[in-house]
Amino acid sequence: MRGNAQEHDLVAPGNLGAVLDLLAAEPGQWTPIAGGTELMVAFAAGKLNASKLVSLWGIPDLRFIAVTGDSIAVGAAATFLDLRRHSVIAAELPLLAKAASWIGSVANQSRATLGGNLVNGSPAADSSPALLAYDAEIEMISVRGARRIPYCEFHTGYKRNRLAPDELLYTIYLPRRFKRHTHYLRKVGTRRAMAIAKVALGATALVANGLIHEIRLGAASLAPFPARLMATEAALLGQAIAPETIRAARRALLAEVQPIDDIRSTAGYRRRVAANLLEEFLLELSAKAKRP
Amino acid sequence: MNTARNVNGREHRSGGQATIHFTVNGRNRAVTVPPMKRLLDVLREDLHLTGTKEGCGEGECGSCSVRMNGELVNSCLVPVLQAEGAKILTVEGLAVGKHLHPLQEAFLNQGGAQCGICTPGMLMAAEQLLAQNPHPTMAEIREALAGNLCRCTGFMRIFESVVAAAAAESATQAKAPHLEKTHHAR
Repeated sequence: MRGNAQEHDLVAPGNLGAVLDLLAAEPGQWTPIAGGTELMVAFAAGKLNASKLVSLWGIPDLRFIAVTGDSIAVGAAATFLDLRRHSVIAAELPLLAKAASWIGSVANQSRATLGGNLVNGSPAADSSPALLAYDAEIEMISVRGARRIPYCEFHTGYKRNRLAPDELLYTIYLPRRFKRHTHYLRKVGTRRAMAIAKVALGATALVANGLIHEIRLGAASLAPFPARLMATEAALLGQAIAPETIRAARRALLAEVQPIDDIRSTAGYRRRVAANLLEEFLLELSAKAKRP
Repeated sequence: MNTARNVNGREHRSGGQATIHFTVNGRNRAVTVPPMKRLLDVLREDLHLTGTKEGCGEGECGSCSVRMNGELVNSCLVPVLQAEGAKILTVEGLAVGKHLHPLQEAFLNQGGAQCGICTPGMLMAAEQLLAQNPHPTMAEIREALAGNLCRCTGFMRIFESVVAAAAAESATQAKAPHLEKTHHAR
């Protein structure tokens, strides 16, 4: 069944304050729509379960990238092309630029937004492993005020998150302290463009005196939502990268992940590939640490 | 239905309809339609610009690609309210009078068009690329067209058409550097 435009209302208040007023006046009644790369697909298929939509497109208060001394603040309605084209992101947060370049095609990247990717909350979200690896924080806003939490606490279940019915995802904060880290991101899918990840792993780590001093692992399609692999990180922290460390890390990862069988892949394949990606990252980290 | 203000602050709706003002291929247009109507459907049904095709209707195939404010978009995923005030370029806007766009010439000469359904989208994605990068590598061409699917599978000839168009445009520029690049100006 095709969607019928007459069955959905869409308004464009044009500024952040007016959007928040609308959400506060009728909490939970309005569905925000930014670039439409998720919601318009559901609409076309006649499966859009939202009768009232409020447009976030073209609101300058939500589409910005602001660089300060210690962080980069990205407005929730910044597009993936905005991220790809930003020189500081390309230089300091290459995983985010790389993830942005993998999302759909150019025509999707010109419309799809970072905030939309997070609020949509797909377990396979392309930007999430990079944000988790970079220890991102997010700020949510409503007429009641703003609150900021670590991104790794945003998702609470399959397609569930911490946003209250009157709240909007506002800003994603990325700390600028990863210049010395080793960065890793790999997505395994059916083709380079337009493919949804079977598995993806993003990682940053710092080795000091031969030991893993800091490590973050962000995974997609290995749990009901994008998540840090905290137990695997714990197994690696403070360790030297030796074959036995890698074996222990693989075991920790396999005990921690909860992939599923679905149309794109199987749980077994995802488990094996995820462990291989982790090993690939650790070998890169080890090789880099050995270089003078 | 409530009355709401659009981005320009104009009162713009009544009875489930919104009046959208935008520029399509350089012409000012206004349509009164449901605000969630897809830009694709407005172009085809209300403006009778049927060059833009619907393929998948879910942003996977690129048949409905148009340029909106200088960026490539899938018009099947744009609710028309979000095109308020925008500059839209569709395949009908590529040729100038009877003079085909260099990309259109190249697609004809190189066999870049087969059944033709993907062609308008391919042309718009290629136009987007050349507007930003007049001398693309083959890898850049492949990436720029990665969201456009050809069911005839004639991808090589499509890529070669883009190479030929880029070369033809550079030759034109070399011969007459004083001429503005009219095609990319819009």
